[in-house]
Amino acid sequence: MTSRKNNSVIPHALQVDQKNDLFILFFRRREAILPIANLLTWVGKDSETYRCLTMDMKRDYYEDIQLCKTRTALVLTIALFCCLMIIPFLLGDYNIYIVNLIAIHAIVAIGLNILVGYTGQISLGHAGFFAIGAYTSVLLMVKGGVPFPVALLAAGFVSAGFGFLLGLPSLRLEGPYLAIATLGFGMAVTQIISHWDFAGGHMGLAAPKMSIGPFVADTGLEQYAIIMSVAAIMTIAAINLMKTRVGRALVAIRDSEIAAEAMGVNVLKYKTLAFAISAFYTGVGGALMAFALAHISAGSFNLILSITFLAMIIVGGLGSIMGSILGAALLTYLQIKLQVIQEAPIVGPILLDISKRFFTAEGLPNIQSIIIGGIMIGIVIFEPLGMRGIYLRFKRYWRMWPF
Amino acid sequence: MALLSIQNLWVSFGGLVALHGVSMDVEEGRIFSIIGPNGAGKTTIFNCISGIYKPTKGKVIFRDREITGKKSHYSAGMGIARTFQNIELFGHLTTIDNLLLGRHIHMKSGVFSGAFFFGKSFPAAREECHHREVVERIIEFLEIEAYRNSLVSSLPYGIRKLVELGRALAMEPTLLLLDEPTAGMNQEEKRDMMFWIRDIRDDFKVTIIMVEHDMNLVMDVSDEIMALNFGVKLVQGTPEQVRNDPQVLEAYLGRD
Repeated sequence: MTSRKNNSVIPHALQVDQKNDLFILFFRRREAILPIANLLTWVGKDSETYRCLTMDMKRDYYEDIQLCKTRTALVLTIALFCCLMIIPFLLGDYNIYIVNLIAIHAIVAIGLNILVGYTGQISLGHAGFFAIGAYTSVLLMVKGGVPFPVALLAAGFVSAGFGFLLGLPSLRLEGPYLAIATLGFGMAVTQIISHWDFAGGHMGLAAPKMSIGPFVADTGLEQYAIIMSVAAIMTIAAINLMKTRVGRALVAIRDSEIAAEAMGVNVLKYKTLAFAISAFYTGVGGALMAFALAHISAGSFNLILSITFLAMIIVGGLGSIMGSILGAALLTYLQIKLQVIQEAPIVGPILLDISKRFFTAEGLPNIQSIIIGGIMIGIVIFEPLGMRGIYLRFKRYWRMWPF
Repeated sequence: MALLSIQNLWVSFGGLVALHGVSMDVEEGRIFSIIGPNGAGKTTIFNCISGIYKPTKGKVIFRDREITGKKSHYSAGMGIARTFQNIELFGHLTTIDNLLLGRHIHMKSGVFSGAFFFGKSFPAAREECHHREVVERIIEFLEIEAYRNSLVSSLPYGIRKLVELGRALAMEPTLLLLDEPTAGMNQEEKRDMMFWIRDIRDDFKVTIIMVEHDMNLVMDVSDEIMALNFGVKLVQGTPEQVRNDPQVLEAYLGRD
């Protein structure tokens, strides 16, 4: 064991080799590794495991409702924001468009999850709110000459107003009955809009460009900037809201209406409020969608869209903001990618062949419905908590890792 | 004037009459028990006080204000808290969140202030911290610190009963309605509950109305007892009076 001190024992050739190895060169230098080590210690000292071991759990009641509870979460959040800043520059125009759609669907999914996952009220009519948001903003801008930010907010509030109205019968209706009532609402909205000449009728409307003051969003990248900022603000707002008084009251209604009422929660008020908040999110999402697609027509806001929104939150995880985002991302991505599955390298030709032989060739694009349906069945059977459940399991495994 | 006064209360469900003109007065600072065999209408009285049922006839007056037929959340706002016979907790929330829901009537933050706070100094955050502190004191009082962050659906029965009691206490009520607080508990837990009920009355300055089947407990802690049978009031008085009343003996044990 004297070899370490005595350099002469190590063969000359090996010494040279070590020096050339970049990895070792980097970590041999104390000053190089120091910032990383410091960061890791700073993060580690605040991790739940460390604080559990040292019996140092809480220092402040504010920690409970903080956006980033631990330093690990803080670092990860900052990293996520950096990623969101950088990725548009790495992606092509088409991929940015996909990310934009994901962000919009995430807003809607969060809104729907507030209603379905948190408050426990079903809705099959969210395509209706989506349409109301889209048409309100476009009509206001085209016919009323209102600036974009105002139109966007107005879309949310008009939609929320309709949400409030739809929420009123929810007091008397539950489960399947509420589902049918909301279903009727969604279909009625589409029908009315498609026969309304002022709103372009069946032909739909062309949406103007988004603009904030002098800044006009021409390219996908500029749209990304606006859509992603709105999505980020609304996500943070939802996270905060669900942790405070209103959010808790909503969950209380879901878990036990009688007890919620006995705690002084006005069930009438909070149920309609849940509908209004949910509709606000969906309306804003619809408005953004109108600008991202540059054209809207009533036919696209159909029942299938409502079902897709519902599928997003079930796949992502009911009663979870993160789940809504994950579900929206997965389903949006799959929907777009599976539409062009015949262009995929190996799978495409095989599927095309099967389709030609046993079905019709035109049936191939429908493969997306089959695969998405399969994924939904799989998730509901194997992971009822959805993608959030998978994340939680992974997190638990990671925390316990060496054991 | 009594804190709570029930005057000639009739409740009928279709043809079934659950309460036949029951009247009672509960003085402030008392522990008042309602006893009676199954189906006597004890929980029905509770449901009328807390606004779940609307009585067919009669009045419920609380702190000189009539609350007959008012919604549950209204009486909760007036300062009436209750627990339920078959625990009604919010299963998917933690113990802390359940107790915080008890603070709902004392909190003010709405949708906007709840959604946008980015630091301790925002009103919603300040309010939240304050109420978490209050809740922490109740957790300490009931000695359920260990279950602070567990989902209540995963807790054992006895603890869930305590959490429900804590949630009612978090409302800082004037009147506390306990519906069978010791149902399903073992002897030791019943003892503890008995001490807690006394402590709650003394420490929190609460008037308690209790429905309970365990006679030892009822006789021990109550200041006043009312006995019911088939929706009819049999007798009201001190534990001593009720224990020796021939009608009560008959209702419980039958006639010779």
